[in-house]
Amino acid sequence: MAIPWDRKIDAYAEQVRVILRTVGELSITLGVILMLFCAYLLWGTSAYTERMQLVLQQELTEEKPKDDKSGKIAKIELGKAVALLRIPRLGRDYKYAVVEGVDQEHLKKGPGHYPGSAMPGQVGNFVLSGHRTTYAAPFNRIDELRRGDEIIIEAREARYTYRVTSQDIVEPNEIDVIAPVPGKPDISPIRSFITMSTCHPEYSAAQRLIVYGVLKKTEERKV
Amino acid sequence: MYGWIWRKLPGGLGPRLLTAVVLAAVAGVVLWYAVFPLMEPAVTLDEVTVGK
Repeated sequence: MAIPWDRKIDAYAEQVRVILRTVGELSITLGVILMLFCAYLLWGTSAYTERMQLVLQQELTEEKPKDDKSGKIAKIELGKAVALLRIPRLGRDYKYAVVEGVDQEHLKKGPGHYPGSAMPGQVGNFVLSGHRTTYAAPFNRIDELRRGDEIIIEAREARYTYRVTSQDIVEPNEIDVIAPVPGKPDISPIRSFITMSTCHPEYSAAQRLIVYGVLKKTEERKV
Repeated sequence: MYGWIWRKLPGGLGPRLLTAVVLAAVAGVVLWYAVFPLMEPAVTLDEVTVGK
């Protein structure tokens, strides 16, 4: 054997050092990437929502889709604009086009309306869901809504003003909150309600924050 | 790893630094616009609907 023992040990130690250094570098890199991903979730996803909101809000200003036979407004397709949502308590500029549908792809565009729940102003429950932390976070501050606050829904045919009645925090499977009469699935409705849901607490999928309201005023639009 | 990449970069300090910054920026852009959008649906920190 030509190589002395101490040199063998040196070579071995160098190998261990290289491996440790590489593992360390990869860990730091992964950490930086995860932080970047969090930034993407909080701010990067908003860019898409803002772009889609422009499209949806444009849709609302265009000719309303009419059903020829009845003269009523045709059913709104999934992914299309339903109405404009305004909440004065959350700022004069607070304005989101509500999209039809509550699948992931729809909620990325803005607050979504549950297909099959009442349309704006109709008797029953107009149910909306919206993101709290990602995708422009339209429902981030709905926990600040107090009893009596206005929720304004500007549909193509009329402007509906709902007033907040209460708030609740429920488990994700509590489907009763979106019943035609919120919380009372066995009763058929005689009034127009609104129910808004988002995640609770922030950054969590553990529970749902629910805001309830009831229709107070309807102003028909002049055609 | 980074030492190895640094040694592979051509030129002196200036060009190496520039190349390194450009490489990092490219990695960032690819992550932000290609990888993160694919990862995002798997993260359920913002589930908002009830009864699903």
